[in-house]
Amino acid sequence: MDVGVTGGRMADYLREHHDKVLDRWTELVVAGIRGRTSAQEVKGELGDLYSLIVRVLAEADDHAVGELRASLYELSRTRARGGYTPSETALSVFTLKDAVYELVADTADLVPEYLTFSRMIDDLGLRTFEAYSEAREQIIADQATAMMELSTPVVRLWDGIIAVPLVGTLDSARTQLVMEKLLDTLVTTGADHAVIDITGVPTVDTEVAQHLLKTVSAARLLGADCIISGIRPQVAQTIVSLGIEFGDIATKASLADALGLALRQAGLKVVPVVTGPVVTGPVVMGGA
Amino acid sequence: MEQVPILKIGQTLFVSIQIDLQDDSVVRLQEDLAEELAATSASGVIIDITAVEIVDSFIGRMLSTIASISRLFDAETVIVGMRPAVAITLTELGLSLSGVRTALNAEKGLAILNGKT
Repeated sequence: MDVGVTGGRMADYLREHHDKVLDRWTELVVAGIRGRTSAQEVKGELGDLYSLIVRVLAEADDHAVGELRASLYELSRTRARGGYTPSETALSVFTLKDAVYELVADTADLVPEYLTFSRMIDDLGLRTFEAYSEAREQIIADQATAMMELSTPVVRLWDGIIAVPLVGTLDSARTQLVMEKLLDTLVTTGADHAVIDITGVPTVDTEVAQHLLKTVSAARLLGADCIISGIRPQVAQTIVSLGIEFGDIATKASLADALGLALRQAGLKVVPVVTGPVVTGPVVMGGA
Repeated sequence: MEQVPILKIGQTLFVSIQIDLQDDSVVRLQEDLAEELAATSASGVIIDITAVEIVDSFIGRMLSTIASISRLFDAETVIVGMRPAVAITLTELGLSLSGVRTALNAEKGLAILNGKT
């Protein structure tokens, strides 16, 4: 940041009127963010920034510029995570100009100094904006990763029967993840029946269907049978009108139906307990 | 060129591939298996590919070919122990190995063959 020869005088001026300017600045910023942060907290943050700005203007040391950027970056990040808008964040910096202007307005001989100072503050304001959007991008990326991890559980329904409840839109990256996880689970658990439940998939288009078919045929290569369940009425209509063929892949309306089919294929059946008059007891499984 | 051994256990021929498959060793295996099927009139073939980490389209197609050859001798082929990564590769290559039975492990593969007879 090049502040030129005029920086020194401005730095002296700001140092001289430290309390006055800082109080006014804090006042303006607090008014701008409407009480979401306490005045004391704001004053603390701005006080640090203020002394760094003075150090940069005075060109006292080389570290000041780096430190100022870092602390601006930190401020923008906290603001971004706190849900402030970018303009509110940038205004926190820009209002320093107003605070100083109110003081120097009467002092005509400080005009060139003020202009240099103003340019520097503009530059800092733009930096907060940049840092703000960077922080937002980071938040979005983190959320996408979290969603990806959350959305692909593989659950064991019975000995040798596993299920993958899919929730949300299927894209290539997610299908890949689901496929890998499903296949790994098939191998580690030794299951030979898998139910893919798409109750939570809002729409099925040709791409999603393609992904599903790939997953099923990969599971078949491992020697496992796949059943697709949870096809809702609207989804069924879409599938038929798009002309998607599921071929010989078994499809069922609900996860319960699919489990029933898988149990039959595994040679098991569910029978009610017959001992005693009570019929509300637990259901046991018997081999066929 | 490495040779893949073929073991006869009961009415089943057992092929366990423990090497990195090269094109020529797959062709050799195909020839050996045909000879063995003709000589023993076995009713089933189990190909264990647990140790195979890399496949390409040629090897994928060869597995199908081996199954077709075995069918000519009235023997059913079961491919067992495929790794997930291999399954994904074959699917991406568009090879679904139709007409070939698959099983998670050799035990399940044997059960399929025994259930058939």
